[in-house]
Amino acid sequence: MAKQSVLIPAFVFAGIVVLLWFGFQLSDPHLLPSQKLNDPVPDFELPSLTAVGETLNAADLTGEISLLNVWATWCPSCIAEHGELTRIFETTGLRIIGVNYNDDSDAARAWLKRWGDPYAFHIVDEHGTLAIDLGVYGAPETFVVDAGGIIRYRHVGVVTQKVFEETFAPLIQNLKDAS
Amino acid sequence: MRGRWVLAGCLFWVLSAPSLGAIEAQAFPDETIKARYYDLIASLRCPQCLNTNLAGSDAMIAQNLRATVLRLLVEGKSDAEVEQFMFERYGDFILYEPRWTAKTWLLWLGPLGLALVGLSVWWSMGASSRKTRHGLSESDRANLKQLMDR
Repeated sequence: MAKQSVLIPAFVFAGIVVLLWFGFQLSDPHLLPSQKLNDPVPDFELPSLTAVGETLNAADLTGEISLLNVWATWCPSCIAEHGELTRIFETTGLRIIGVNYNDDSDAARAWLKRWGDPYAFHIVDEHGTLAIDLGVYGAPETFVVDAGGIIRYRHVGVVTQKVFEETFAPLIQNLKDAS
Repeated sequence: MRGRWVLAGCLFWVLSAPSLGAIEAQAFPDETIKARYYDLIASLRCPQCLNTNLAGSDAMIAQNLRATVLRLLVEGKSDAEVEQFMFERYGDFILYEPRWTAKTWLLWLGPLGLALVGLSVWWSMGASSRKTRHGLSESDRANLKQLMDR
């Protein structure tokens, strides 16, 4: 009996170590699970950044598979990501749609002039309303939207070439094969 | 010389002001909405910053969500509807009190389970110590008496 009770705290301690060891590895706590997966892009009515005076809505996102990329001029990682988005557009011709998030439109247009514009068009989300409907909580974030306007994937953070080739490309191929 | 210190003090105060708290000037239509607004932003977690509520966060998303909470309240939504709005977009994460679901029951019952384990260990330790205190068998007693009487 005496021997057993000495072992109890040791077992409890070992249990906690194992639990925490796996618990902390489980996932990055910064990555919130997406609530909007397999839902249509929420409806919106927002101005276009480059075609001044025009408004855009969810129907403009349908028709072909697109990347919906949330970016802003205040977001330094977006500059880092911009090169990869340009490469993706130039090599695959994939339609990339920008959501200019919580930003100043003049600054955004200047930013695009400086870094180039591989996007098909940009939605001006000045007050973050579309972003909130999408469950976005930072920039950059990128959604894969299928031709029917359904959200199929969400990536939080910078899309690198590795992310694109390992995650996005197979997913997009699957979507193409299914249609 | 003293003027310079006062100036430095003022500068310090002004520069540190943004960290004093995320309080923007909101126009509340009435006191009830104001009170409900403060309750809600205190009970919703900022999705960006892991352990700060919407009330205490300077993050851009927290500012946007505070404005959204107020907009929904002004539109006449109930507290539960505001929480549902946030839940639909940000999931359990945003609620400091997660809902009862298949994914969260362990979170709710875990502490109770741990308390039960602790109680049973405590009880069994108590039981074993009681046994040793009074646990002399008849032959032990006889032995003891013999030794004492010697």
